[in-house]
Amino acid sequence: MTTTAPAEAAVAKRPSGAAGRSPRRRPGRIRRIGLPYLLLLPALVLELLVHLVPMVIGIAMSFKELTQFHIRDWGDAPWSGLDNYQVSVDFDAPVGEALLRSFFITVAFTLLSVGLCWLIGTAAALYLQDTFRGRGLLRALFLVPYALPVYAAVITWVFMFQHDNGLVNHVLHDQLGLTDKPSFWLIGDNSFVALLVVSVWKGWPFAFLIVMAGLQNIPKEQYEAAALDGAGMWQQIRRITLPSLRPVNQVLLLVLFLWTFNDFNTPYVLFGKSAPEAADLISVHIYQASFVTWNFGTGSAMSVLLLLFLLVVTGGYLLLTSRGRKPADV
Amino acid sequence: MRRTRAATAGAVTVSLLTALTACGGGSSTSGGSNDAPRTLTYWASNQGASIEADKKVLRPELDKFEKQTGIKVELEVIPWSDLLNRILTAATSGQGPDVLNIGNTWSASLQATGALLPWDAKNFDAIGGRDRFVDSALGSTGAEGQDPAAVPLYSMSYALYYNREIFADAGITRPPATWDELIADGRKIQAKGGSALGAEGANPSENIHHVFVFAKQHGADFFTADGKPDFTGDGVVAAVKQYVDLMAKDKIIAPGNAEYAQNQSVSDFAKGRTAMLLWQNAAANLRSQGMSEDKFGVAPVPVQSGTPGAGTQVNSMVAGINLAVFKNTDNLDGARKFVKFMTSDAEQKILNTAYSSIPPVKAAQADAAFTTGANAVLKDTLAKSAAAMPQVADESQFETAVGTAVKELFADAAAGRAVTTDSVKAALSKAQQQMPAK
Repeated sequence: MTTTAPAEAAVAKRPSGAAGRSPRRRPGRIRRIGLPYLLLLPALVLELLVHLVPMVIGIAMSFKELTQFHIRDWGDAPWSGLDNYQVSVDFDAPVGEALLRSFFITVAFTLLSVGLCWLIGTAAALYLQDTFRGRGLLRALFLVPYALPVYAAVITWVFMFQHDNGLVNHVLHDQLGLTDKPSFWLIGDNSFVALLVVSVWKGWPFAFLIVMAGLQNIPKEQYEAAALDGAGMWQQIRRITLPSLRPVNQVLLLVLFLWTFNDFNTPYVLFGKSAPEAADLISVHIYQASFVTWNFGTGSAMSVLLLLFLLVVTGGYLLLTSRGRKPADV
Repeated sequence: MRRTRAATAGAVTVSLLTALTACGGGSSTSGGSNDAPRTLTYWASNQGASIEADKKVLRPELDKFEKQTGIKVELEVIPWSDLLNRILTAATSGQGPDVLNIGNTWSASLQATGALLPWDAKNFDAIGGRDRFVDSALGSTGAEGQDPAAVPLYSMSYALYYNREIFADAGITRPPATWDELIADGRKIQAKGGSALGAEGANPSENIHHVFVFAKQHGADFFTADGKPDFTGDGVVAAVKQYVDLMAKDKIIAPGNAEYAQNQSVSDFAKGRTAMLLWQNAAANLRSQGMSEDKFGVAPVPVQSGTPGAGTQVNSMVAGINLAVFKNTDNLDGARKFVKFMTSDAEQKILNTAYSSIPPVKAAQADAAFTTGANAVLKDTLAKSAAAMPQVADESQFETAVGTAVKELFADAAAGRAVTTDSVKAALSKAQQQMPAK
């Protein structure tokens, strides 16, 4: 590089006559315009490989009869048309019924989890807005659940939720006496509550972080002006904070929704391969449909249906929120 | 300009390289070859107290094999929670080990994938012949009428482990031989404030092993003779109910056991928190948890009445580990040599002693180490009163579906909800609907 640098400099300094420039101009320009695209090429190829190719293969798999008899050479597995989809959406038959049930559980779980994450995150961010001693420490402390590795965090919850010697029962039953007898958290109906608690515990720091960042952008003068006009804290939050946070919240809710709806790690670490019925989230349900029962075709079909649902929800949400934003921007 | 060109070249190269490396993973799924005669990859199941403990047991033996044959064996010990998924992935991608351990109940399911080398007469001859192995172990190596998908490596059976001290305190002089006796003894132990029997209620595999045996004792099977699932027959329903009733009605299993899935029942027993445990070859595990051999006794698993034997007197599944060869190995001769080495009389004695299992090889089984104490009970059970789990292609799905149904029933029992013949039948009928349509 060092040897070529002076030569290049000389080329650049040469007075550019009109005659010398015109014949080389077009290819040079094409090159200049093309270069950014060319530099994007590796990223594009990687994106195709990492995201699109598996997706396309997954979609192809959903049209195949991919059971244990065919997985070894699944290129040769027989095409089954729409059979896998029919099985998945036949809600009168056991497989479809179970999928639908799992879907509704996941929707309920996601709505509750995202709502609570947002509520707690926003409340905490608002409280930590004013400076006071120990604020930095609290902020750091609040982010711990988000920073912990998922597996380590959830396995700790598994210990705490244990029936015989878990911390949760020790506090609720032994110390506070709130329940008649120790409850089961990892099996039976309570497992939904356990899952929700862990999910909110793990997710709210992210909401907290994003809302806190959003709050920095609201000019202090607005609050001061509002205070002069006699607005109380609640009114300030309603009239200034929340409208200003709107764009931040729109993205935050979407991201939280997608993460929570698709969450696999939390239920898997909490309950293992066969989740209790009350906490049968769709991601684990699909995992079980493919890996545990060795029917990858049906599993893929369920995944494609999930993908379509999330696409529709995300598309609809973006459409709605962007429409709402335009008049406000004017 | 030169810089632009360099950048262009760089970008194109990186793209091409990514594409190439990504596509370069495939391999043939055809039959085996002998392209790499100097090395073997071996996936071992986790038999000892930990992965590290297993490596300590296996490494010296693999080194011995290398000295004899010049073939270097790369060892990976895989935890049970991952093993089946790893095997499935290997079968799908063709990227697997040369030789691997499989749970013997998976034999027929994995056989159906066609990924494993069939043990025909020629292959058996290469390791000294089929008749070196005991019949009960060979019965769990694949579907009937087909060449085995694997050869037996370690054999195990269930036994009743009991805490001598707790039994003595409760005035029990001999271990229970029937379920009624077990329940009566359990009550005596509970009267002294102890906890009677441990169970792994949330572990589908453990559940399935127990209800399979209970079904046998009720003269019932989970599959019809032609391999169709039949989970809702009266015998099967009664069997599942009898097992869950140990918690629901007889109350000799503490409700907390309903959520056990990580061998907590074994640690409970090792720590003296429960008096009895139904487990397969637990001695080494209990020792590693600090329970010395004189503290516990080993007896055959109870039956309904009489003594263990064939038919309705069955009191264990044929548990164990099989050794399989991936069909697309690139060291077929080496793999066969390795299987021969691992199933040789000498190695069988060393390995089965280390893992407190019983050798499925006749000559090794006759060794004194396996005919005394706890091992005698296990060996006797295997020889006289153990039955092979259903050798059908859907065995893996069956374990999951029925094992999970029993887990839910235990959850009901633990929560104090009634477990009735109807509720058991409903749970089993739901499990049956999850089985692949035929």
